[in-house]
Amino acid sequence: MSNNVLIVAEGKAEGLRKVSFELVNAAQQLARDLGGAVEGAVVGNQVGAWAEQLAKTGVAKVYVVDNAGLENFAPESYASALAEIIRAAAPAIVLFGASGWGKEVSARTAAKLGWGLATDCTDAKIENGALVLTRPIYAGKAIAHVRAKSFPVMVSVRPNIVPPVEAESPAAPIEQIAVTLKEPRARVVEKVENAKSKVDLGEASIVVSGGRGVKGPEGFAPVEELADALGGAVGASRAAVDAGWIDYTHQIGQTGKTVAPKLYIAAGISGAIQHLAGMSSSKVIVAVNKDPDAPIFKIADYGIVGDLFQVLPALTQEIKKLG
Amino acid sequence: MPYNIVVLLKRVPDTESKITIRDNAVVTEGLNFVLDPYGEYGLEKALQLVEQNGGKVTAVLFGPEEAKETIRKALAVGADEAIHIVDPALEGGDAGTTAQVLAAALKKIPFDMVWAGKQAVDEDNAQVPIRVAELLDLPHVNSIIEFEIGADGKSARCVREVDGERDVMVTILPAILTAQQGLGEVRYPSLKGIMGAKKKPITDWNAAALGIDPSSVGKQGARVEIIGLEPPPARPPGKIIPGDAATAAKELARLLREEAKVI
Ligand SMILES: Cc1cc2nc3c(=O)[nH]c(=O)nc-3n(C[C@H](O)[C@H](O)[C@H](O)COP(=O)(O)OP(=O)(O)OC[C@H]3O[C@@H](n4cnc5c(N)ncnc54)[C@H](O)[C@@H]3O)c2cc1C
Ligand SMILES: Cc1cc2nc3c(=O)[nH]c(=O)nc-3n(C[C@H](O)[C@H](O)[C@H](O)COP(=O)(O)OP(=O)(O)OC[C@H]3O[C@@H](n4cnc5c(N)ncnc54)[C@H](O)[C@@H]3O)c2cc1C
Repeated sequence: MSNNVLIVAEGKAEGLRKVSFELVNAAQQLARDLGGAVEGAVVGNQVGAWAEQLAKTGVAKVYVVDNAGLENFAPESYASALAEIIRAAAPAIVLFGASGWGKEVSARTAAKLGWGLATDCTDAKIENGALVLTRPIYAGKAIAHVRAKSFPVMVSVRPNIVPPVEAESPAAPIEQIAVTLKEPRARVVEKVENAKSKVDLGEASIVVSGGRGVKGPEGFAPVEELADALGGAVGASRAAVDAGWIDYTHQIGQTGKTVAPKLYIAAGISGAIQHLAGMSSSKVIVAVNKDPDAPIFKIADYGIVGDLFQVLPALTQEIKKLG
Repeated sequence: MPYNIVVLLKRVPDTESKITIRDNAVVTEGLNFVLDPYGEYGLEKALQLVEQNGGKVTAVLFGPEEAKETIRKALAVGADEAIHIVDPALEGGDAGTTAQVLAAALKKIPFDMVWAGKQAVDEDNAQVPIRVAELLDLPHVNSIIEFEIGADGKSARCVREVDGERDVMVTILPAILTAQQGLGEVRYPSLKGIMGAKKKPITDWNAAALGIDPSSVGKQGARVEIIGLEPPPARPPGKIIPGDAATAAKELARLLREEAKVI
């Protein structure tokens, strides 16, 4: 085992996801403290462009499994490919993004290798030679400090907590790892378009959410317009989802998505504990609610007591003016 | 074609619970414990499949003696029998050891599929069922919102929702399946169900029954350990922005740009 930190990048059609750059940043301090280097891993089919992109983030090396068998997602194949890279790289720590993909693939890979894994961490540091992690549990009602008893170990890191590396570095070497993949027993056969999600909620740096206060499906229009003006994504409370006004893929909260954007705007949402679970680690929280006693104001940095149907359009206009 | 379906259910505090921390641990007295909500979605799907096709639903819960009461809730809504893995020597572990214990139990139960929750709402590891699948060398499908058994009866088509995208996965059975909200509404127990649950069998299994060496799981076997627990940091008090909608919106935009620097 080396003292290196390996980050597992993830991408989409346009290129690497933002969380990949955040992982490089998170890994740099850990690698310094361990006296090792940061290396990267990319798996998929025809992912040469992702590998090249990752090679310029300051990592010392990029390992790639580029295999036609990885064209469609199959947990067993992805875990096998990553396990091969991890065996070759022999890192002390492997970092994944705590996206849906990252959480799923890390769990299968950890079990395959018999490693420990801490999910959805908001901080990772080396203390007295051991890896110590911070993770919110009980829907953010408690913060757990978790220690890895030994190395090697895996961690998934919550998106949007660590800033991404931005500067472009000279390209690091890329090493292809050959794998023979068994026919997977479970695999993706089809992707379904989801028209409403222009921006992935989990990665969005701004989220505007509507709750029961929007009163109907058409009430999401001012929410969407504000989100568009800010370049953000649309979220919702469970009450709005259960009412059928918006698809539940937009639900934020304990039984929905956990988001940590730099700006979260809650409109017509009372602030139930289960909703807070999904957004209370946002950097700045804004609440728009006509009830001055709504619990959401207790955690909001800025609040406007008023009718969202007046406040949101006015805010959208102001944002457009600021340009 | 009848199916033997196992559902993995965890006992968790009700999501409304106020969590109090004392001496680095959650105070459990006074907490109302329930079946984990995602596991309940899996249970509901299992019950529906057995209603349509015949077969049997077995609930499996690993947890302390007090969890018996929670297991009864699964029987009250329609599970046919339950297995309670209960042994202090097995407790205090991490997601990896929890998966080892559940995998050992599943080796002793014949099944065509296993339903579990996408994540337990207390510790939110989202690991256990996927690890169980790997340990048993079975396929898994995570975060399912629609589920249909294939025409051959030996495969299934699952619609999933992951990272804002939707996809369809096909798996061979047996498989480990995890439920996401959206899979369906869960049912409430009827009075008859609650009475009937008292007569349904709950079998206790300990480390010996599972053939597990306790030192390989629990506190000793865990790779990660909780060393401290604290309440979340309080957020500084916020500002209420006065004025009519137009005035307040203008001031908010200014504050977001100049003070918070987030837009
Ligand atoms: C197991 C479990 C899991 C749950 N998981 C989630 C979850 O993941 N996410 C989630 O959100 N909830 C979840 N809930 C539900 C949660 O308890 C609340 O019921 C829900 O969050 C309420 O949604 P809301 O704030 O939109 O509605 P309400 O509580 O009804 O609040 C509506 C708010 O809108 C305001 N309002 C009305 N009209 C206007 C207007 N014109 N302008 C401005 N404000 C207006 C009202 O003053 C009120 O504060 C869960 C519950 C349980 C039991
Ligand atoms: C006294 C005590 C000490 C602990 N110490 C640590 C520690 O030091 N480090 C640490 O990481 N964790 C610790 N834990 C947490 C515990 O081991 C977790 O329950 C475990 O990590 C599984 O994660 P999860 O519950 O979040 O499950 P997830 O992986 O989120 O669960 C997903 C699904 O798996 C199934 N499932 C999970 N657990 C069970 C179960 N017990 N029975 C049946 N089905 C289940 C359910 O279907 C559930 O919906 C401790 C717990 C206790 C009680």
